[in-house]
Amino acid sequence: MSSITTREAPRGFSGAEYLTCLIGIVWREGLRFLHQRERFVSALVRPLVWLFIFAAGFRQVLGISIIPPYETYILYEVYIAPGLMAMIQLFNGMQSSLSMVYDREMGNMRTLLVSPLPRGFLLFCKLLAGTAVSLLQVYAFLFIAWFWDITPPPSGYLTVLPALILSGLMLGSLGMLISSGIKQLENFAGVMNFVIFPMFFASSALYPLWRVQEGSPYLYYVCEANPFTHAVELIRFALYGQINWISLAVVVICTIVFMIGAILAYDPSRGLARRGPAGGEG
Amino acid sequence: MSSSWHRDDAAPPPPPAVKQAREQFQRIEEQAPLHTQILRLSLFAALALAVAPAHAFIAYVSNEKSNTVSVIDTDSWTVTKTIKVGQRPRGIEFTRDGKFVMVAVGDDDTIQLIDAKTQSVVDSLPSGPDPELFAQDAAGKILYVANENDNTVTVIDLEKRARLGDIQVGVEPEGMTISPDGKTLINTSETTNMAHFIDTSSRQIVANVLVDARPRFAEFKHDSSELWVSSEIGGTVSIIDPGKHEVIGKVTFEIPGLRKEAIQPVGIGMTKDDKTAFIALGPANRIAVVDVATRKVTKYLLVGQRVWHMAFTPDEKYLLTTNGVSNDVSVIDVAAQKVIKTIQVGELPWGITIAP
Repeated sequence: MSSITTREAPRGFSGAEYLTCLIGIVWREGLRFLHQRERFVSALVRPLVWLFIFAAGFRQVLGISIIPPYETYILYEVYIAPGLMAMIQLFNGMQSSLSMVYDREMGNMRTLLVSPLPRGFLLFCKLLAGTAVSLLQVYAFLFIAWFWDITPPPSGYLTVLPALILSGLMLGSLGMLISSGIKQLENFAGVMNFVIFPMFFASSALYPLWRVQEGSPYLYYVCEANPFTHAVELIRFALYGQINWISLAVVVICTIVFMIGAILAYDPSRGLARRGPAGGEG
Repeated sequence: MSSSWHRDDAAPPPPPAVKQAREQFQRIEEQAPLHTQILRLSLFAALALAVAPAHAFIAYVSNEKSNTVSVIDTDSWTVTKTIKVGQRPRGIEFTRDGKFVMVAVGDDDTIQLIDAKTQSVVDSLPSGPDPELFAQDAAGKILYVANENDNTVTVIDLEKRARLGDIQVGVEPEGMTISPDGKTLINTSETTNMAHFIDTSSRQIVANVLVDARPRFAEFKHDSSELWVSSEIGGTVSIIDPGKHEVIGKVTFEIPGLRKEAIQPVGIGMTKDDKTAFIALGPANRIAVVDVATRKVTKYLLVGQRVWHMAFTPDEKYLLTTNGVSNDVSVIDVAAQKVIKTIQVGELPWGITIAP
């Protein structure tokens, strides 16, 4: 079925039709998020636990030092806030691709794929929807963190938005790329452990990289090569109205690569989705 | 910087843009009709507002270990010059006329004078051995110096730059301040754990008030109603009634996650309205913000390591603190009660003073 639709798709769809599709997908994702109240709560509780408990315990252990974009000494809570924001997006990116696996298992994906619009666009809409949901979570987190004395400059709340959208897209497309290879919901937990935790811990989210370098130069290189590190740094700088150009470049390139990868992987004519014997939507 | 100081030099010339606009305005004033004049006037006002630079001050920081004084521009927040001074510079303060910076160089047993214009050492004052902190009277004529090693306070005539005499006090004198009316000199002795009240006319001790261990610094409220004395080892700030010579209250500190011993109050800064006090807590790396009326800490601000002394900019917009172990100076936005910047200076920064 799909070979016909994909060939016909590029021909003349109006902008309004694309928009309808986009709104439809974003709306569905938004509704799903709002209806899953536990998910919203857990999305908030996770970083807050880190903030309230982990940061409180480590406050005195990790030495303080001034590194850009900070201009003075900061508490550990303030340091890990951008890392936790990125963590929210990482979990959310993985979770919304988890929902793709779920959709595939439950057959909802068929409904979506009936759409005559190009599949790449559908995936992009899905990605945008996931990112939008992650923005809600991040801003809710920032709101609570404000009471915990994590008070970036007021303009920072605005300047961080583009950075959050970019990092949300990157982590979402990574999740999508990974989810394309997963046939069953149960397998996903393993991937979470193999992707989320290494990515999160081997990054600048919890400790500055100069400190990692002191401990192990090799680990430092791993952290430097980790795209998640750059998502964190991009967010960290943007929160203080600055741009970290290297991180920006890495995040943009990774987003493009992951997105192309995801689109190819979900293309039934050549994607990973076709290979497995238990392919859901085939 | 407190009370009356005289400034001899005239106000600085306005920036060229303002001057130009002013001249232009004067020229058209003669020809233009009234409504145009009003328009021009408001334009001029807007322009003058736009180009008027934020007033920059100059801060001098004594670096105890590197034997230098760092000069900081409060506009760019950078060190613009490093002045070589004698050995172990600690107490540092501007003369009331703003012409000289006095810096106590303890290991050279003298107080050096830095010319604020040329930013170099030009002369010295005869103190006793190991001068640490000093205070000058409101007129800027008499200087009282605490000599840490020989348990005396030296009295110096600032105009003649000559020694007038010594006052015997407790062991290891350090904190020095003068009451706003100029009648009482306060000296704290670190080992005797007392605040000595000295009558400035008779130069005799009139009262001794016992405070907690190791009193380091004393500061009057601007309305003279209270004297605040910090006790480094005791971990408190005692509030003394200067009339009755007795402790009427104490400020205590508690920072979650920090050992009690790490909280060692030293420097005290009081806003001119006497509403807020800032207290440096040494190795706790924090400045406590205290509500003067309730004597309770409202906030702790994280600064560099081992913070001891501080100084307000004359407009009281910023408070600068010296962080000895991390070798830097932190800048606090007084209104927002937030640390906005930290600037690297020399080794072991101790005291700080800002040009009036």
